[in-house]
Amino acid sequence: MDHIAGRKSGLSWAVHFSALALVIVWVLPTLGLLVSSFRTTDQIRSSGWWAALFPAVQNETYRTADPDEARVDLGDGIYLVSGNIFVEGGAAANLDEIVREISAWGASSRAIDAYQPDEVADLGEGETLTVTARGDYEWRGTADQIEGRGARIFVTVSAPPDFTLGNYQNVLFDPSNREGMSKAFFNTLTVTIPATIIPILIAAFAAYALAWMEFPGRALLIAAVVGLLVVPLQLALIPLLKLHNDIGIGKGYLGVWLAHTGFGLPLAIYLLRNYMVGLPREVIENARVDGATEFQIFTRIILPLSFPALASFAIFQFLWTWNDLLVAMVFLIDSSGETTVMTRQLVEMMGTRGGDWEILATSAFVSIAVPLAVFFSLQRYLVRGLLAGSVK
Amino acid sequence: MSPIMQAALTIVIGVGGCVGYFYLSNQILDRVLFPARGANAGRNINRANAIRPWLFLFPAIFALALYLAYPVFETLRLSLTDRSLGGAFVGLENYARMTDDPKFWEALRNNFLWLLIVPAASTAFGLLAAQLTDRIRWGNIAKSLIFMPMAISFVGAAVIFKLVYDARPEDVAQIGILNAVYLQLCGDSPITWLTVPFWNNIFLIIVLIWIQTGFAMVILSAALRGIPEETIEAAIVDGANPFQIFFKIKVPQIAGTIVVVWTTITIVVLKVFDIVFAMTNGQWETQVLANYMYDKLFRANDWGVGSAAAMVIMILVLPILVWNVYNARREMR
Repeated sequence: MDHIAGRKSGLSWAVHFSALALVIVWVLPTLGLLVSSFRTTDQIRSSGWWAALFPAVQNETYRTADPDEARVDLGDGIYLVSGNIFVEGGAAANLDEIVREISAWGASSRAIDAYQPDEVADLGEGETLTVTARGDYEWRGTADQIEGRGARIFVTVSAPPDFTLGNYQNVLFDPSNREGMSKAFFNTLTVTIPATIIPILIAAFAAYALAWMEFPGRALLIAAVVGLLVVPLQLALIPLLKLHNDIGIGKGYLGVWLAHTGFGLPLAIYLLRNYMVGLPREVIENARVDGATEFQIFTRIILPLSFPALASFAIFQFLWTWNDLLVAMVFLIDSSGETTVMTRQLVEMMGTRGGDWEILATSAFVSIAVPLAVFFSLQRYLVRGLLAGSVK
Repeated sequence: MSPIMQAALTIVIGVGGCVGYFYLSNQILDRVLFPARGANAGRNINRANAIRPWLFLFPAIFALALYLAYPVFETLRLSLTDRSLGGAFVGLENYARMTDDPKFWEALRNNFLWLLIVPAASTAFGLLAAQLTDRIRWGNIAKSLIFMPMAISFVGAAVIFKLVYDARPEDVAQIGILNAVYLQLCGDSPITWLTVPFWNNIFLIIVLIWIQTGFAMVILSAALRGIPEETIEAAIVDGANPFQIFFKIKVPQIAGTIVVVWTTITIVVLKVFDIVFAMTNGQWETQVLANYMYDKLFRANDWGVGSAAAMVIMILVLPILVWNVYNARREMR
């Protein structure tokens, strides 16, 4: 027995390890986006998101204060410009908040790490420049040398991990940001809510009829629903757009609500019918004997009992409509772009702002935050729905 | 009117309309048409009960017929006509034009690549994940995390993986994890993964596998738990090793469920659109049928070829449709 137990523990380590590896691989991509959305533009450009927790070594360029305004006459024809590059450059609010540390610096773009901190650089003909580790600089020279634009200083700094909510501020709450997500967010919400609620109601009645009423053609209808379950909605695009234009709906919210209702119905009917069939026969027959009408049985008994199935479908439909791109592009978004949804806006940004990961990552996270919240809070119903909904 | 108000109003009208329809139509049936009293009470009840199912079903049948059944036939008709000739019947000309288009063959070839890889890989990973997580204490957390991509939109996943595949010039730090790992291990210079023909298909396919594995895992995990303990105990007593137990005892017992998972993911693959549309838009030989169709319908405005491409997707789905219907009917008997 010892032998078996020993082998088992070895295997169990392997299981733990493999499971952990699998989870890490599955989580890493999303984690990367999440971390990136909390980093500043500079940080994203200078290092991978996995380095976000460690000090980042990056190259930055600053300029001293404008000599014509800031130079101080030291006498003997020598002038001085002094200050702090981080404070003047906006990397720190004031001298007490400097968190960066310079490890090397240079005065020319060809030799950006020529000098150590506190070293005095000789720029020729008596002109000197020196920079300390925390960014204080002194630039001395004659009146001819200390004039024009500020001297450029190239620094290699190590910046501590720093996270910001600024990206979210910018993407969500900045009214002047035309690429902001707030409008698209509300548009998506506007599409989603009616498109989730209406099919549930229609499907519930149909599912009850298919589950508990006897009538000719019932089996055929159920088979039709199962068949329609897999019809690709790609086929419906042109005929329905034509139909919507012909009856005057055109492109707009009404059209997209109707389309989502139609496309969601087969799954709704299928899920709900499967669930309702499993309800105890006695309850329904007792109610019939007691003289309840079918309508009463449905609203008072079936609907409350079917709550888990209704919740499952509602979650499916919510996720599906929230995440949808194709239906919204075809039936909703017109050339004005006023009714754009988040998925569409993301695709556009991937084209126009491909490298600006602080904007892209934040916008993407705004759009997936709601489904993720729904997912984690209502996962139980989602799993139950999946198990019932996959055609057996 | 603001869209929010419009949405609220739609909910009220939609829900109210549905409830009103069902309530009133039932009332009319029971009180006006066939009242359950008087001389014909018995006959009236029977008649009302014969009609009532259709009252319950009418809105659903109407919507299904209009939004799913009718478009199938209308698309078939459109694929056989030419819009620029005022909708004249042109036979198979659209199909002929489509098969002359190398982009179509590229899309078809890529779709088959997707079909080969995604269902197989998702099912395999799902089975592995289910088997692993069922045996450990933190299994539920692991399941949640692997299942999570299901909630993320295809477009969101496209952004997520665009970051993974990101490539930057050689002399600056890589921010895409794939290139960072690649340079660390063996590479000399970063690769723009999404522009390398053929392999870029694989990188797009990985995105869908990432999304679908959670689905496969959830279904297969439930199936694995449904396997009777005795069969496994008997195998252990007979001296089977864990791998034999898994492949020879467990997998055959859940074969039916594996087929279901496989076909369900196959349907998703046939309709795949968003991922390709958002990540490459069919450039660099990554075209797939659904995106090809969208291109033809809404960019080239060529309804004939677009509808023909849609019919190709329909034909590919058809065997699964028939098989599902057949199974559903068999189960009901």
